[in-house]
Amino acid sequence: MRVEARILLLLGAFFGAMCVVYWFWGHEDAGSIMMLGGTLLGFLPGTYYYYWSRRMTPRPEDRSDATLEEGAGVIATFPGSSIFPFLLGMGAFLSVLSMVFGVWLAIPGVGLILWALLGATAESRRGGVH
Amino acid sequence: MTDLLEPSSLSADSHGHSDADHNSASPHDGAHHEHHGATGILNWLTSTDHKVIGMSYTITSVAMLVIGGAFAMVIRAQLVAPNNHLVNFSQYNELFTMHGSVMIYLFAGPFAFGALANFIVPIQIGAPDMAFPRLNALSYWLYLTGSITMLLGFFTAGGAANFGWVAYAPLSDIINSPGAGADLWIGALLLTGFSAIFTGVNLTATIFYLRAPGMTLFRMPIFTWNLLVTGILILLAFPVLTAGLIMLFCDRHFQTHIYTQHLGGVPVLWQHIFWFWGHPEVYILALPFFGMVTEIIPVFSKKPVFGYKGMVFATLTIAALSLGVWAHHMFTTGVVLLPFFSIMSLLIAVPTGIKIFNWIGTMWRGQIWFSTAMLMSIGFVVTFLIGGLTGIYLASPPLDFFAHDTYFVVAHFHSVVMALVLGGMAGLYYWAPKMTGYLLNERIGKFQFWLLFIGTQLLTFPQYVLGLQGMPRRIAQYILDPGWQTLNIWSSVGGFMIGFSTLLFVVNLWVSWKKYPAGDNPWDAHTLEWYTTSPPPHHNFYRLPQIRSERPTWDANHPDSKALVHGHNEDGAGH
Ligand code: HEM
Ligand SMILES: [Cu+2]
Repeated sequence: MRVEARILLLLGAFFGAMCVVYWFWGHEDAGSIMMLGGTLLGFLPGTYYYYWSRRMTPRPEDRSDATLEEGAGVIATFPGSSIFPFLLGMGAFLSVLSMVFGVWLAIPGVGLILWALLGATAESRRGGVH
Repeated sequence: MTDLLEPSSLSADSHGHSDADHNSASPHDGAHHEHHGATGILNWLTSTDHKVIGMSYTITSVAMLVIGGAFAMVIRAQLVAPNNHLVNFSQYNELFTMHGSVMIYLFAGPFAFGALANFIVPIQIGAPDMAFPRLNALSYWLYLTGSITMLLGFFTAGGAANFGWVAYAPLSDIINSPGAGADLWIGALLLTGFSAIFTGVNLTATIFYLRAPGMTLFRMPIFTWNLLVTGILILLAFPVLTAGLIMLFCDRHFQTHIYTQHLGGVPVLWQHIFWFWGHPEVYILALPFFGMVTEIIPVFSKKPVFGYKGMVFATLTIAALSLGVWAHHMFTTGVVLLPFFSIMSLLIAVPTGIKIFNWIGTMWRGQIWFSTAMLMSIGFVVTFLIGGLTGIYLASPPLDFFAHDTYFVVAHFHSVVMALVLGGMAGLYYWAPKMTGYLLNERIGKFQFWLLFIGTQLLTFPQYVLGLQGMPRRIAQYILDPGWQTLNIWSSVGGFMIGFSTLLFVVNLWVSWKKYPAGDNPWDAHTLEWYTTSPPPHHNFYRLPQIRSERPTWDANHPDSKALVHGHNEDGAGH
């Protein structure tokens, strides 16, 4: 976790330095703001990881001498299969088409999106059954 | 509907689930039975398995390569004569716009971070799936529907989008580009943009959280490293484009005047936004292919990769710099800070050069096996070198003022992107056995390589010359100059060779269909995906080897060779 944190923090620091140089040298707003966004994207998750990396023992995947047994236990639950990503995708598709072919298409589009979001959430809450 | 995966069962010989029927099918022949009951089309629609999704991405993106390639064939046919009337001017505009858009947004990107990456990255780090399998499936559906949306433009009254793949303002406003094709283009990029962002999230989370015990960051295969950095770059760049497109849409339909010339708008803002995404995007495209050849060259040189840490460092440096170079695409606007962008762009050549040295260093004194994958990789290095060197010319403002918007730029980025096609083919020949269980025909493969490689150079070399002589890009007809026509004909011949080589690939898929069983590790390769079966079972592994270097499969298969230890101190932990 500590290496992950360092990578993000270093990238953020580099973007930040570039941003400062660019702002004072170029006085150009759009680029400076976008670089500031990049800086934050390095620092926000970076500090979060750094905070945790100092408070936890290194995970088995952080240690070069870890054995496979140390990784035992449930690492995550993985949905076996689900129709909701497809429905969500179709909802997004119809919503985008509604921007071109008529707003009425947004009705089924947004409907599908809502259905899929609710369905996926309920599915996650039920999680763990196979 | 969830599987609880316990990694302890990975080290035992039998897996917790009954997966015995997973060993002999690609998802699309309908024979891939999940143990969840669904079969056939329903299985495909509901699958959240990264291997099924990776395969869907691969097939869709190669189909896009063929479609985009078909447009290119018409473009090259049009240009064999100065006054050709094969297509009219507006059709020509649609063709080059859709050629570029299909190739960049629908082929190169999704192929780079959606196809092989989806399939291979989790396996390379010993993970059972991507971190967010349902989000991963959503990425694919958004990509597929985005692709359909963009191509729908051809069936609307005004035709497909025709403002170039960069959609510069004010050309892309509602007065200059009134058609529905333009809006479909914007809508398509919203869909594929979110698709890419979700993939970026997924790649980063997977690599941060789902590595097997002992798989420290500095033991990850370079391909996985590059996709981690690609994921981060996606998160940096794509939201900017998506926001920019929403503003463009509002300008077109709600008179927001963000990019207009009057009422307070700033047309050049679009270029800033577009290229702030656009240049990181070229590395989002390139890094995965760098990763592919960095897997392939060591395996076929029978050596570990030369300069592992240098490779990682170079990748990270490229990512860091790529955020500060966007305006080298805007030198001729006259409103950008020339020295800043020139220096940053020239600096990027340094890490890129390190990579090229390391690839050569890996081959140096190796026992080279010239398989198709290896030939394609060498072709990649050579072609990318040409593209990189001409990029250095363009990064110098005085030279760019001369060459901007000429065929020199077209040639530069075709050297680069055709290198990516070579690298992608290398990856397909290398990993197809893992994905399907069957090797591709090597004889057809080598023929395909020579056509593709020679065709690429034949395509671009005349374009470099034409560009220096002043031929502008994006024109359907050119001045009556016999010299120019000859060069254009040569370029077209190269283009047709490339088109033919792509057809050969499709022929090869057909000829080799289920013919040459591959076994688990046909190349005596190094990384974890070659430890499991071909194709891998549901959740990827029946068991894992102990991971003690960045080549776990090699270590397991060659117990007497010395394990290479990298970075034992990288975490300061346990030392
Ligand atoms: C050594 C690294 C590179 C440098 C210094 C560089 C530099 C440049 C410059 C200055 C331009 C603008 C030329 C002009 O419009 O006048 C350009 C165009 C372009 N480059 Fe590169 N480049 C490099 C690598 C790459 C890579 C790796 C890719 C793709 C993966 C790429 C793809 C492109 C594309 C697509 C364009 C044309 C954009 C358009 O349509 O106008 N370049 N490059
Ligand atoms: Cu660029």
